[in-house]
Amino acid sequence: MTTTRGWTLYDARLAWALIAPTLLLLVVFLLLPILVMAVYTFFTFVTAGVETSAPTLANWTEFLTDSYYHGFLLKTVRVGAITAVICAVLGYFPAYFIWATSFRHKWLLLLLLIVPFWISFTIRTFSWINILGEQGVINVVLLKLGIISEPLPMLYTEGAVIMGLLHFLLPYMILNVYVALEGIDRTLISAAQSMGCTSAQAFREVTLPLSLPGLAAGLMLCFVLAAGSYVTPQLLGSGRDALFGNLIYDTIMGQLNWPMGATLSIVLFVLLGCVAAAYTRYMGMSQIMKGLGG
Amino acid sequence: MRAPRHDRQGRWAWRLTGLITLLVYIFLFAPIVATVVLSFNASMFGGFPLTGFSLQWYAKLMTNEPVLNAFRTSMWIALVTAAVTTLLGVMVAFAMVRFQFPGKQTFGTLVILPALVPETILGVGLLVLIKAVDQPRTIWLLLLGHILLALPYVVLVVQARMIGISRTYEEAALSLGAPRVATFGEITLPLLVPAVVAGVLLAFTISFDNTSASLFWRPAGVETMPTQILSMLKISISPEVNALGTVMILVTIGIPLIGGLILQSLTQLRKRVGRKGNAA
Repeated sequence: MTTTRGWTLYDARLAWALIAPTLLLLVVFLLLPILVMAVYTFFTFVTAGVETSAPTLANWTEFLTDSYYHGFLLKTVRVGAITAVICAVLGYFPAYFIWATSFRHKWLLLLLLIVPFWISFTIRTFSWINILGEQGVINVVLLKLGIISEPLPMLYTEGAVIMGLLHFLLPYMILNVYVALEGIDRTLISAAQSMGCTSAQAFREVTLPLSLPGLAAGLMLCFVLAAGSYVTPQLLGSGRDALFGNLIYDTIMGQLNWPMGATLSIVLFVLLGCVAAAYTRYMGMSQIMKGLGG
Repeated sequence: MRAPRHDRQGRWAWRLTGLITLLVYIFLFAPIVATVVLSFNASMFGGFPLTGFSLQWYAKLMTNEPVLNAFRTSMWIALVTAAVTTLLGVMVAFAMVRFQFPGKQTFGTLVILPALVPETILGVGLLVLIKAVDQPRTIWLLLLGHILLALPYVVLVVQARMIGISRTYEEAALSLGAPRVATFGEITLPLLVPAVVAGVLLAFTISFDNTSASLFWRPAGVETMPTQILSMLKISISPEVNALGTVMILVTIGIPLIGGLILQSLTQLRKRVGRKGNAA
């Protein structure tokens, strides 16, 4: 490598200098908080907003024995899994369509998928009230047509929460699958067909297996984001549809029980971390970065 | 080569794919369209049926002091976040793409982490840290938090562009004796402009939109735009909230659009200037 003024051109020291401020930010605002949170799980809760550093296992025993918490955990995993699977099923079609279409303005279809990212998440979520609510589009139309006499209670249900999550996560899934499809060598499909595959066989044997990494990345991302959500259940669900994120918020901001809040946060962190780790173990990080980078 | 339409079965599958695609796009945009339409509804209640066209809800917004305050807060936090995050992001991307250094892999994962850790956890973590060292919750916490949240996306965008810029240009300048900073300013940065603009816009929207983490981090009594909307929704949905939503859609879609246009005219201008320079 070229040497200039006594140090190499791509000196590692310069790289460290460039990343130093960011590293500091990440250590102080990301790693340290998680560490402190882990320590906090062993603090003793005295009363709202007050705790002592006397070490205790009370928070963990409470979490492990109280079925109240298990219920939240199961519901969160269930809602996250349902959302991710529906996203995969519904998202595969548009991704495949955009990839395979001969439509000249393909970029427009892709742009339309990016547009929701530019619209505030809160707005995208509450806009479902205008669709599902008592005075929402569906109920008003059905009432006018005389199909129903009472407005259907669609809002503030688990279905509405899943709907809102789908709405927020579908673009992630579609883009992830699309990126994987774009990476497929199209001559492979021609080859399969010239050897006598029907289009269904070619899809099953070539396209689908080669797009699985994108589908897996999408599933992982959708599950993690759905399971960590707070705003969607808050706006579209009833009290019963609260997820783990809402539980954490209420424990800390409502009951001011910081040690328990920290415990619950660590639980969610470990759970989602395991999912992500299992994923990276088998798939590597590169696919998810492609998906996030758009 | 368009594989799927070779046989009859394939044609049907293709039509089904098209239909589902259309339905997914409708699903993605119908609620937003409904919200925009309802913001012009004359009715007192936030819902259908439409009773007439009216701009009264927008007029009401203009005099709503809490909303205006929240708008100002969100605006300056988003602007500062965009500036700082882009600066950090460019530095990190440059180091990651051009250099080999020990711990690069680990650092690369660490930078992406804020995008993968749920906001609730990031939110609680920072609060617990602040509590542990007995510091008050200030607006600076909110700002630094937003920078943390936007960082992964900016790094990824700038990195993707940086990979495409050949290092030979920089090396040529350096070997001719140009100082490092000048090389970066004269060669790398101009080639990086699209990614920088994209990074600024991305960081701006991420900060302007952030809800969950902001609920934890904001100082008592301070509202950002999304938390303000959330508190307005506690009562019920109103035409005013719909109007506010529409204004925010205009801001967050309008700013990238304007940014894109500026970028385009800049490149065109540079091309023209470049051509003139060559002619002279």
